[in-house]
Amino acid sequence: MLMQTTLYDKLWDSHAVHSEEDGTTLLYIDRHLVHEVTSPQAFDGLKLAGRKVWRINANLAVADHNVPTTDRSQGIEDPVSRLQVDTLDKNCAEHGINEFKMNDPRQGIVHVIGPEQGATLPGMTLVCGDSHTSTHGALACLAFGIGTSEVEHVLATQTLIARKARNMLVNIEGPLPRGVSSKDLSLAFIGQIGTAGGTGYAIEYAGSTVRALSMEARMTLCNMSIEAGARAGMIAADDTTINYVRGRPFAPQGPMWDHAVNYWRTLKSDPGSKFDRVVEIDARTVKPQVTWGTSPEMVVAVDGRVPDPEKEKDASRREGMERALKYMGLEPNAPIQNIRVDKVFIGSCTNSRIEDLRAAAAYVQGKRIASNIRLALVVPGSGLVKREAEREGLDRIFRDAGFEWREPGCSMCLGMNDDKLAAGERSASTSNRNFEGRQGAGSRTHLVSPAMAAAAAIAGHFVDVRTWR
Amino acid sequence: MEKFTVHTGVVCPMDRANVDTDAIIPKQFLKSIKRTGFGPNLFDAWRYLDVGEPDKENAGRPLNRDFVLNQPRYKGASILIARKNFGCGSSREHAPWALADYGFRAVIAPSFGDIFFTNSFKTGFLPIVLSDLQLDHIFHACAAFPGYRLTIDLPQQTVNLPDGKAFNFEIDPFRKYCMVNGLDDIGLTLRHAEKITAFEIKRKLEQPWLFGNHAS
Repeated sequence: MLMQTTLYDKLWDSHAVHSEEDGTTLLYIDRHLVHEVTSPQAFDGLKLAGRKVWRINANLAVADHNVPTTDRSQGIEDPVSRLQVDTLDKNCAEHGINEFKMNDPRQGIVHVIGPEQGATLPGMTLVCGDSHTSTHGALACLAFGIGTSEVEHVLATQTLIARKARNMLVNIEGPLPRGVSSKDLSLAFIGQIGTAGGTGYAIEYAGSTVRALSMEARMTLCNMSIEAGARAGMIAADDTTINYVRGRPFAPQGPMWDHAVNYWRTLKSDPGSKFDRVVEIDARTVKPQVTWGTSPEMVVAVDGRVPDPEKEKDASRREGMERALKYMGLEPNAPIQNIRVDKVFIGSCTNSRIEDLRAAAAYVQGKRIASNIRLALVVPGSGLVKREAEREGLDRIFRDAGFEWREPGCSMCLGMNDDKLAAGERSASTSNRNFEGRQGAGSRTHLVSPAMAAAAAIAGHFVDVRTWR
Repeated sequence: MEKFTVHTGVVCPMDRANVDTDAIIPKQFLKSIKRTGFGPNLFDAWRYLDVGEPDKENAGRPLNRDFVLNQPRYKGASILIARKNFGCGSSREHAPWALADYGFRAVIAPSFGDIFFTNSFKTGFLPIVLSDLQLDHIFHACAAFPGYRLTIDLPQQTVNLPDGKAFNFEIDPFRKYCMVNGLDDIGLTLRHAEKITAFEIKRKLEQPWLFGNHAS
């Protein structure tokens, strides 16, 4: 009798080149995405050892972390950032790697452009020197973030030395309430299992809620897997997946398309597959989420209050909460909707796709940002997302409301360019990490969905988008 | 890669859970295109009272005297102890590079971020998992005895305490082999080059769309 296997098992097994007795496996990598921050030392290592790139056309490169989101006609002003981007250009030219340069209309955040170009395909193994590579698992592939030594390893051998993770199923059932997005699902899930809850697991998201999500929404869900501690998150292939991939520049065409689709249809867990852990979520009970602390697990619903450390029995958790509240400048028990924000950031590999911008624009149309908002930024995930948004007139809606409409990149998610919070400044941000200093030294980040960020910009504080008008 | 066999060193306690890689090495230092030189900016935002920048001289910067690395009793520490989920967050290998560049050879915690854990082995920097109870014991002893030292014996897979206790730890045999011998794993993988090529040829036949038709 055949064993029922999970999607993760199938993807893993079909890429195992060689296995050692202890389970260490040489895993074949189909696609490697490269960006400027985690690759220079890898290319250097390659050169030092006199090694070549194993399969050049498996790689696709783009600069995203350091690039300015303002006028790019004069290049990059910061000499340190410029050197890093120049180094990527030089390394790609030297090895013949396909790179979307800063002024290419296809340039954008690496996790936005992969799927957008069809460079991310179902059934692949895909890696990138960035932890949010889990995003791509939305297309039924095994995608995970790696460090620089592993980047070098993939460049040199087209494989990685890896050990299989355990299987976790996150089963989400029921219709999503109005005003609630996959970002809220994700934050609620992380609040439930904690930022280390998924450590050592590969997550598969399934259930009626997930099947009804668009590809963009699925990418948001998989993107945040790493914030739950899981290196990879994935979703079975279905019509939504296949329709999304169809016609994209790197996708197969003609008879090969049909051949590929036949295979992709098999990319799902067999009924009755065994998972090491199962988490059930009832989507109908999920509310818009707002993080209050310095870890994504420090999250409450928008109609809630800042938690009170005094009610926490575990001493180490209590200390963590106290430290977070002090850093965030928040009082215990304060209603979340009383928190006023200084800056609003709509962007990042989590929430910068066209659907995210549409969701945000719906709350902005015909309004103005509140007087206490010092800066409200919209940073599209790619040049093509930007172009599409402009075609739909979303840029006008944002600009008319007082938002700045920028060029694509990682931007204020991590502030490697000029887009930062000053010390003590508070943001409503659609990004993925609220760590201390993440958006600038002393920055205070509240993670929210695009709709929640947009509404906070207009109201000047957090509001419940389910009822706010 | 530097070999790791037996190491004895002063212990530095970092009594926090969820220490993320943004805290270990803040993003502004990721603009470097080198693997070295991150040590002076390890835990930069906690260690100094001002904001560090890549081109800033670190010698004269105001220190946060409360931060463990700045306390004289932990000077020269080479073993870090921490709480759960150490190294969570970003995939930046600059985090173990910074820890190693500062002079740490190992970190002991109840759990680690997966990517940080993998990256550490590639740097010759040893992440060790012990239980919460075992770490409580070490944290208490470290607070009680200035200059508290541990010996990590990788071949024996033990953490040896001055009071005669020894805690065993697990490590994958392959990782241990690479660490103890200071081996570059790319070299090891390339011993399987023929197998990789054969796999690739088969894959190209079965799923040709992964190999051609590339937009450029």
